[in-house]
This record gives sequence, C-alpha cells and structure tokens, in this order.
Amino acid sequence: MKNLFEFIVEKAIFLSGAASIIFVVLIFIFLLKEGLALFGEVNFFAFLFGQNWYPISDPPQFGILPLIMGSVFVTFGAIVIAVPLGLAAAIYISEVAPHSIRGFLKSGIELLAAIPSIVLGFIGIIFLAPLLKNIFHLGSGLTALAGSIMLAFMALPTIVSIIEDAIVSVPRSYKEGALALGATHWQAIYRVTIPAAASGILAAVMLGIGRVVGETMAVLMITGNAAIMPTSLLQPVRTLTATVAAEMGEAVSGSSHYYSLFAIGIVLFIISFIINIFADIFLHRSKAMKRRKK
Amino acid sequence: MIVKVNKLDFYYGKFQALIDVNLEAKKNEITALIGPSGCGKSTFLRCLNRMNDLIEGTRTTGEIFVEGENILDPNTDLVKLRKKVGMVFQRPNPFPLSVFENIAFGPRVHHLAKGKELEEIVRQSLEAVLLWDKLKDQLSRNALTLSLEAQQRLCIARLIAVKPDILLMDEPCSALDPVSTQRVEELMQILKQDYSILIVTHNMQQAARVSGFTGFFLLGKLIEFDITGRIFTAPRDRRTEDYITGRYG
Repeated sequence: MKNLFEFIVEKAIFLSGAASIIFVVLIFIFLLKEGLALFGEVNFFAFLFGQNWYPISDPPQFGILPLIMGSVFVTFGAIVIAVPLGLAAAIYISEVAPHSIRGFLKSGIELLAAIPSIVLGFIGIIFLAPLLKNIFHLGSGLTALAGSIMLAFMALPTIVSIIEDAIVSVPRSYKEGALALGATHWQAIYRVTIPAAASGILAAVMLGIGRVVGETMAVLMITGNAAIMPTSLLQPVRTLTATVAAEMGEAVSGSSHYYSLFAIGIVLFIISFIINIFADIFLHRSKAMKRRKK
Repeated sequence: MIVKVNKLDFYYGKFQALIDVNLEAKKNEITALIGPSGCGKSTFLRCLNRMNDLIEGTRTTGEIFVEGENILDPNTDLVKLRKKVGMVFQRPNPFPLSVFENIAFGPRVHHLAKGKELEEIVRQSLEAVLLWDKLKDQLSRNALTLSLEAQQRLCIARLIAVKPDILLMDEPCSALDPVSTQRVEELMQILKQDYSILIVTHNMQQAARVSGFTGFFLLGKLIEFDITGRIFTAPRDRRTEDYITGRYG
C-alpha cells in the first residue's frame, strides 16, 4: 500500500516536471507548423532581410528587418540605461548600504517587477512621451527612446537582483586581500569584486535583454509603431512583439499575413532561446566560483 | 623595535578576545606567535594592520606602535598603514586575475608606478619569492590555476610589490604540503633580511625552525614571550611547558 503511494507520488512529480518541457516542445512545434507555411509563398531571405513590411498591400511584402531593427534599437537603448543603473544599485545594496536598509531596498526593487507593464505604458504615454517631445523638439515623443526608458525600468529588477547575487558570492577573501594591500573600499570593489563577478554580471545583462526583447504591451503603447528602418533612437519604431500583438486580431486566418505573424513568433522564440543559453552559461560560471568559495 | 604593543585589550562585542597583551617585535627578525586554536593569536595579528576594523561590533584599547606611531589613533591613515604592514592569509587568496595583474594591483592602487617601471616591479617581486623563472612567460595566466604553493608565493610577491616594512603571516603554510611548507619557510629566511615578519602558526616545529622570538598565547593572554630557543628549551611558565610538550592544544 505504502509502495503504491510512493509510486504514484513519484510518477506524478515526474509528469509535472516533464510537463513544462513537453509544453515548450509543443509550442515550438505549433509555431513551426503555422509559421513555416509562409515560406511556401515568401522567400526565407526576403522575409528575414526584406526592408519593407506591407503585409496587406497588393502585392504584400513581408520583410521583417525593420521590425528586427526596431526590437534591436529599443533593447539596446534599454540595456544601455538599465545596466549602469542596475550595476550601481547592486553595488550599493551589497557593499555600501547599512544592514538595516538593505532588505528594504531589495524588496523595493522587487516591487518594481510587480508593476503591470500596461501601467508603465500609461506613464510612458502621459508623462514620458510629452517630456521627450519637448526636450528633443520632436513631432511626437512616442519613439524608440521612450520604449527604451520604460523597458529599462522593467529590466532593472532582474538585473539588480542577479548582479547583487553575483557580488555577494564573490569570496570574502578577495576583498580582504585587496583591503590588506591598502586598497580603499571603492578600489577593492571595482578592481577585484566586479571583475570577479563578471560572469554573473553578463548573465544579468543577458536576462535583462531577454526580458526587454519579449516585452509587448508597453512598447506597443509608447514606441510609435512605425514599421520603418530606424536610424536613431528618436524615431518611432515597431518591435517584433508589438507587430504580432497589433496585427493578430485583423489578420485573416490562413492568409500569408497570418502565417507571417507566426514566423515572427519563431524568430522571437529563437532569439530568446539563444539569449537564455548564454545567460545559462554565464550563470553556471558564476556558480562554479561560489563553490570554490568553500 | 619595529612593533611595540602596550596593554592591548580587544573585544568582539562583550567577549574579550585579547587581555592586556604587551609585546615588542624586532626589526628584520621573525617573531612567531603560537598557541591553541581560538587563543587570540590571529586576532592579535589582525590588530596590527587594523583588519579587525572590518568586523562590526569590535573594540580595541591600549597602544600599538608601528615604527613609533600609535596605529590605534583614530586619525591613522589605514591606506598608509596597510601599505606599510602587509598581510598573508591562511588560505592563499590571489585575485581571480592574471599573475601580472595580481602583483600590479598594489602599485596601481598606491600610484607607485606604471608602464615599464611597473613591469620592473612585477619582475622584482616575483624574483623575491623565487617565482620569476617559473612564471616569466606566463604573466597573463590566471592566478587561480597555479598550485597552492605558487599561489601563496604570489600573495607574498603581491605584498612585496608595495614595499612594506612588516609582513604579517597568518598560518601561511596551513594549506600547503610539507615540501611546499619547507620551501616557503626557506623563503621566509631570505625575506627577513629586508622585512620584519610576524607569523602566526599552529605548528610548533615551524615556530622553532623559522623564528628568532616566540610568543605563546592562551585564552587571550600572552603567557610568555622570549627568544625562541629559550621558549622551547627552558620555558618559565608551566602552561608554556605543558603546551610545547604536547600536554594540550
């Protein structure tokens, strides 16, 4: 009786564990099935490197390069803003802040992750876009930069908590060695602690990129949604995710347009897959160091 | 006397870890501190470069003169003090950087040299610990890939690069095998010509082999301090005798 119970529990746990992998595989198969149908009509390279996205013109054009570049611009901007901020915040929390306010700061930053992205979108439209419009004298403030700034805030919690982990796991003896040589606290941090935490910091950057690339709602609201090749952060852009979200409702099921949105899904899937692999490699290295500590 | 300690008391919170310690260490001499675990010898060593400041809730009273200056004075410049009084730790702790960067670290933070001059310091420091011939073609190698003995030598070289006067060694051989230990001890004999060394050791034979003076700590007190030969052959205190004859510890 007891053995039977053990058996059932064991299998149930195994199935739950396997389920997530099975779902990923099923989702990918589904995406492939719907997305690859596009390439019967459209050349693969014309899709990936075409510069015009006119899915409902006659003849339609399905070049997603402007969308890829839109995602790249927004992501690049967000990371350039979020990484220095996140690094500084993580250093402050782990090395400088007094014990009493450390916990308070950490939960504050995690709270940032709990803000629904649509709320950040609102703030972007009402507050940030007019501000950018005035600062840079633009026709509209709804630009890649607006998206970058809002997404930077969304990526910050991930970046801060992973970098903070990485810094805390740097063996104490490194810092002691530096201080015993007469280094100041700050010299010990930037010459020893940060280089030692480098792989964790890279992992944080990767996961931050993953967070930003996949974000949809806020970018749909505040980046201006123009599917043109961007040349600066002060232009409206449209990202891969925003395109799918905006056009899925109006695409006729079974049309090339419909399939092309799934093909975009495949591209996104592959991008996040690659980013996750890199993040994983860096995290692994960072953990190896943690083990050496003992 | 390069180090002179008067009436030193040290507390971790309410616990008194050092009780009325008085000690004088000679220039260009190796002074060994022995005693059972937890008797305060490492704590004492870490008072001499104020490393205990890093621990919250500690308190120190008394006087410690290093080259005539009382380093317990609140106005003491810790950066200067630690440049003058270097420390080698129990477990080799090279930075996870290249051999070159490890040694260049000190000169860089103290703005002692750059370029060719810095390379010269790196060479001299490695020569001083007898690592130059082995590592001269591997200066960009990650220091963590070296053997433990080489790592500990590198840590000593890293100190020498900032030209200290005093080297504090906290059980520098406890992570090393006997052959490496012997070689590091030989190195200490060479180094004492230029530096004054204070070494904490668990190993009484090591103290007997390398040092000129020995202090015996027990439960936070310096029980006896004398010429090493006398401590090991004719100790005045009964407790010292019991310890060196292995009755406890």
